[in-house]
Amino acid sequence: MAVVSKNDAANVAEILRSHQNSILEEWLKAMTGATRRSDLMKESELRSQASRFLKLISDATETAGYDTHAPAWSATKEMLNEISSSRAQQGFTPSETATFVFSLKRPLFDRVRAAYAGDPQALTAALWSTTELVDGLGLYTFEMFIKTREEVIRRQQEDMLELSTPVVKLWDGVLALPLIGTLDSARTQVVMESLLQSIVDTNSKIAIIDITGVPTVDTITAQHLLKTVTAARLMGAECIISGVRPQIAQTIVHLGINLLDVTTKATLADAFLLSLKKMGITFSREKRDDQKTDQK
Amino acid sequence: MEKIPILRMGDYLLVTIQVDMHDRLAMALQDDLTKRISETSAHGVLIDISSLEMVDSFIGRMLSNIAGMSRVLDAETVVVGMQPAVAITLVELGLSLPGIRTALNVDAGMELLRSSMNGI
Repeated sequence: MAVVSKNDAANVAEILRSHQNSILEEWLKAMTGATRRSDLMKESELRSQASRFLKLISDATETAGYDTHAPAWSATKEMLNEISSSRAQQGFTPSETATFVFSLKRPLFDRVRAAYAGDPQALTAALWSTTELVDGLGLYTFEMFIKTREEVIRRQQEDMLELSTPVVKLWDGVLALPLIGTLDSARTQVVMESLLQSIVDTNSKIAIIDITGVPTVDTITAQHLLKTVTAARLMGAECIISGVRPQIAQTIVHLGINLLDVTTKATLADAFLLSLKKMGITFSREKRDDQKTDQK
Repeated sequence: MEKIPILRMGDYLLVTIQVDMHDRLAMALQDDLTKRISETSAHGVLIDISSLEMVDSFIGRMLSNIAGMSRVLDAETVVVGMQPAVAITLVELGLSLPGIRTALNVDAGMELLRSSMNGI
């Protein structure tokens, strides 16, 4: 069986080499017919990619047969990797990217059929192994495409982690941390670290954690909050939790979470006022003359 | 053997931990500090751990113990300058050091000690 497939491979390699130009033309035509994105990619660029790819496959088939795990195929795979990742970034759809490989089938099969014209049995075998090869390469392209996309998603997630935890200075010695979105363990870790670091950097005695933007609080979130408060206390700063919505207050009590040691306030304004009071700062409204004349 | 210096500043004792704490050093500090408190009849102890980068549960417990012992000897303990990483570690270890007062830096710590002395 292996010998037969080796012979097939040699034949296909021969076909690929001798008919390279005509296969390339037909392949390009098939790609143009199916899903050409002239807005994203130039004709000449596609052509050079395609011809380089054909050369790589014919070389690889010649030396290693259809065994795509062999080292001889690594150059081909590398190129597919490059193509699919660049296309994923350029905004091609997955099927458009996969079509790059799959549209090679028709021109290649035509040539194989012509080569095995007298022997139907050998033709079937050759077609089968060729299909397997092209499918394998196509799937590989697809996998790489998805990998690139996942990479993009992962990077965006990291960016979001960074972006979603701004520590704001409200007053000399008062920090605020407005939390928005669901708190999971990874995010809370980042929140905790950035808050504590800012406490050290700005020498702040009071930190307000505002959870107005947190949709739900479960036991884990509450635990994380308590840990942050305790860590801040260990460093010599005091934490106030503000923006507790009625629903969250109910949840906290129903869950039996002990927030007795933590100062909580309904709004950020209340928390800010409390922290100013703790620092001994008082405000008074200035009586202005123009206001009096207005009232008259 | 290395030793952690205990400085006297008026009514208070000042301890700055500037080396990595290991267990024996911690025990020695406990001994020295309690001795010095009773000798000088100090009313406040300020421990600066701003250069301490790593803690384990033993050191955490030691801090807590020192605070407890000082309280028995009628001295208030303030721990100052804890690094964020150290604070996170202690919390994760479940050591929230409930008996210890904390401050951001030595200045704030001294102020805290003074204000609590005035209250008496």
